[in-house]
Amino acid sequence: MVVLDAKIPYGPIAEKWDNHKFSVKLVNPANKRRFDVIVVGTGLAGASAAASLAELGYNVKAFTFHDSPRRAHSIAAQGGINAAKNYRNDGDSVYRLFYDTVKGGDYRSREANVYRLAQVSLNIIDQCAAQGVPFAREYGGLLANRSFGGAQVSRTFYARGQTGQQLLLGAYQALAAQVKAGKVTLYNRSDMLDVVVKDGEACGIITRDMLTGEVHAHSAHAVVLATGGYGNVYYLSTNAMACNVTAAWRAHRKGALFANPCYTQIHPTCIPVSDEFQSKLTLMSESLRNDGRIWVPRQFDDARSAAEIPESERYYYLEEKYPSFGNLVPRDVASRNAKTVVDEGRGVGPLKNGVYLDFAASIARDGVDAVRERYGNLFDMYERITGEDPYKLPMRIYPATHYTMGGLWVDYNLMTTVPGLYCLGEANFSDHGANRLGASALMQGLADGYFVLPYTIGDHLAPKLGDATVPTTDPVFSEALREVDQRTRSWTQVKGTHSVEHYHRELGKIVWEYCGMARNETGLNKALTEIPALREEFRKNVKVLGSPDGVNQQLEKVNRVDDFMEFAELKVRDALHRAESCGGHFREESQTPEGEALRDDENFAYVAAWEWQGPDTDPVLHKEDLAFENVQLTQRSYK
Amino acid sequence: MGSTANGKTLNLKLRIWRQDGPAAVGSFLDIDADRIPVDASFLEMLDLINERLIEDGVEPITFPHDCREGICGTCGVMINGQAHGPEKATATCQLHMRKFNDGDQIVIEPWRAAAFPVLKDLMVDRRAFDRIIEAGGYISAPTGTPQDANEIPVPKEVADTAMDAAACIGCGACVAACPNSAAQLFTAAKLAHLNVLPQGQPERWKRTEAMVETMEDFFGSCTNHGECHEACPKEISLDFIAFMNRDYIKSKTKNRSLASQ
Ligand SMILES: Cc1cc2nc3c(=O)[nH]c(=O)nc-3n(C[C@H](O)[C@H](O)[C@H](O)COP(=O)(O)OP(=O)(O)OC[C@H]3O[C@@H](n4cnc5c(N)ncnc54)[C@H](O)[C@@H]3O)c2cc1C
Ligand code: SF4
Ligand code: FES
Repeated sequence: MVVLDAKIPYGPIAEKWDNHKFSVKLVNPANKRRFDVIVVGTGLAGASAAASLAELGYNVKAFTFHDSPRRAHSIAAQGGINAAKNYRNDGDSVYRLFYDTVKGGDYRSREANVYRLAQVSLNIIDQCAAQGVPFAREYGGLLANRSFGGAQVSRTFYARGQTGQQLLLGAYQALAAQVKAGKVTLYNRSDMLDVVVKDGEACGIITRDMLTGEVHAHSAHAVVLATGGYGNVYYLSTNAMACNVTAAWRAHRKGALFANPCYTQIHPTCIPVSDEFQSKLTLMSESLRNDGRIWVPRQFDDARSAAEIPESERYYYLEEKYPSFGNLVPRDVASRNAKTVVDEGRGVGPLKNGVYLDFAASIARDGVDAVRERYGNLFDMYERITGEDPYKLPMRIYPATHYTMGGLWVDYNLMTTVPGLYCLGEANFSDHGANRLGASALMQGLADGYFVLPYTIGDHLAPKLGDATVPTTDPVFSEALREVDQRTRSWTQVKGTHSVEHYHRELGKIVWEYCGMARNETGLNKALTEIPALREEFRKNVKVLGSPDGVNQQLEKVNRVDDFMEFAELKVRDALHRAESCGGHFREESQTPEGEALRDDENFAYVAAWEWQGPDTDPVLHKEDLAFENVQLTQRSYK
Repeated sequence: MGSTANGKTLNLKLRIWRQDGPAAVGSFLDIDADRIPVDASFLEMLDLINERLIEDGVEPITFPHDCREGICGTCGVMINGQAHGPEKATATCQLHMRKFNDGDQIVIEPWRAAAFPVLKDLMVDRRAFDRIIEAGGYISAPTGTPQDANEIPVPKEVADTAMDAAACIGCGACVAACPNSAAQLFTAAKLAHLNVLPQGQPERWKRTEAMVETMEDFFGSCTNHGECHEACPKEISLDFIAFMNRDYIKSKTKNRSLASQ
């Protein structure tokens, strides 16, 4: 029987983390080298964790399916990273960042975790600056900040439009130093395909060498997953092509509860789909909303070009509906409104699937040079992709899947429901509730990796001093090895008719249609019959060519799509059970008379954590009730 | 394959390098690539070709890619002899088919360099780059030890220069474009990023010596062709190579504490 114990420390919120650090068990410095820790994933969360654990003295084995840690999806983050430094003297504080994050998450996150996140945000900036991360600076040499995503204070630190890249390179370099020092063994091009559990505790993993196809067993005293989000369940998203849910899903099947899988963030400013063959969607930084005005023609099915539509016939829907926030309403609100106007038949572009983001007014006001200075890179990127010049024509944008707030359930120590198995970064569910604020994912990934796990992991390890790791000759390992090898090899034997890509795209269509920006009971029920049918057809009819004994990109992908096929069903089930709207989860049945998301705190102020029961049995729902002692629950309003 | 936004397509003749593994002998495969939408990216064109190959029962072409936004540095092939193809400052994944004309022949090959062995088809092994970083491409600042970030002021020009250098995505086009397969531009970019910053001073000479010498273990020597810069999707400046060379000479002075004076 699973009991969800969040292990929230005692005391007032501002003292919980200090109390906890004092009360967790410690491993003394000389003994740390007697523990082996596996870290899967070397993005921001994984690389920072692996480097920090190695600096402390633990023996770390770090795994990534990429050819180098520097390629992780974290590299693509553009906008910035939040921290409550209050360098601008504009009234920011740990408490305000905490408050904004809980509110922004629509009151579906755990207060104690969020408060700790806001606290350690201060250390993150110090850490990264010391590593040489080239943050933007003022002329006096001090760090620059900007306001991001509608925040009322300037707390976002950035490195041009490449903040994720620079933070990841900082963490990667710290990791490289530990590889050199012999404290981290790095396994690149290694795909983790299972978690191994013995007597209820995580004891290792199974990986497939993506160059040779060989499967390997690795054992350790603790296993840390930092494997990113599941946005690619939609097929089209702003995530990198290889992002997937496999590590988390395999852990789920081994007993780790999966929390809030229906929470997905749909980012409002992406380039609309242009073709059937499109492989991914590109994010245009949210900062564009600071100067661009969003509009569609008032008239339905208007065939005129933007220039031909007079001012009086333009519908600046965000400015009209939300006079105080205007174009800077939170992501979920901006996205949903774009969907509404497009669904109404006001969409623009050849496929009528976008809205305009227009810079004419700011170019007229500030001049082309000022706009180029601010957004030059983004405008170039837009032109390369669409072939249109945004200095002359308004950009076309539409929402796209961007980030996943759900993930493996973890307690305050970041441990899953499987003892010894930890989960960090986007892969866990912990800090963003039902909606994430801009510039907060980088903060959370680095908080988890640099400043939380290195403290909390000792609590699990300390009592194991002197225990050997489970030998990889143990039957739990040989059984897992056999299963992974068999599963992987079996795909080339199916000899069906459609490619893996085909099935992934079909799955994406279902999930986007019924479990995308707006959801309702009928649609979700439909998805619950369509997904299993597609999965069955996929397993019988997928075509994977080539050999399993070497590089085979189709084979890598088929395992991932197979896991997405199972995961998608859980996601839809979660969306169906949560009959309220909150943050990124909009249930059409639960809205205010003005069409805004309507929460139901009485019935849904909890984390939904699902327990796997086997392939043919419905999962079991466990609830972690959320108590709000420091923040008053209110209905969000951006009017 | 379905509708395109503006309906325009191209018919192309592709010659694509196929090689089963590092030890295998490779050869070109000729493909008539018809009806390629002009709005497709170069990699989406390869996706389309792969879908067609799979339909015909032919193993699809292995090619490296991930972010498809020009930032992860995973992608990269030689396109008609040019690393990342014809468009300036553009990684392969950001190149779009509207840059090509109907009837064009396009030759697609992997990076060619001894330090980057071909793993399969268009995918190479770039681990030598990681070895250069491990040799010293970092500032030692163990987690939890640093002072407040604003206690290390960095003049804006210096921070901007560091960022210009740090923009390198580690794609390897510089090496592929170089007649000597030298890795000067990649190495210099990381050295300049760290060596111009105040935080980077304590390890400056040790770092320079170790990274340059590790680079020389794997890669050819630089004879100032400048092809690297032409191919670089991030337009990393050749000035950084000059800077690296000066720092390397200084790193060899007997009393390093004088090198900084
Ligand atoms: C376009 C874009 C822009 C963004 N901009 C911002 C921003 O401005 N600010 C912000 O705060 N956030 C932003 N985000 C979100 C943020 O970038 C991510 O949430 C965050 O970087 C995730 O980091 P991570 O370490 O958890 O995972 P990732 O960076 O995704 O790393 C996952 C790692 O796990 C490895 N891995 C996964 N599965 C396996 C497996 N089975 N076996 C072996 N290895 C595995 C991968 O190789 C990789 O190393 C953005 C996201 C996108 C898509
Ligand atoms: S210097 Fe330029 S070409 Fe070379 S690896 Fe870096 S980004 Fe690529
Ligand atoms: S795929 Fe990431 S840079 Fe091209």
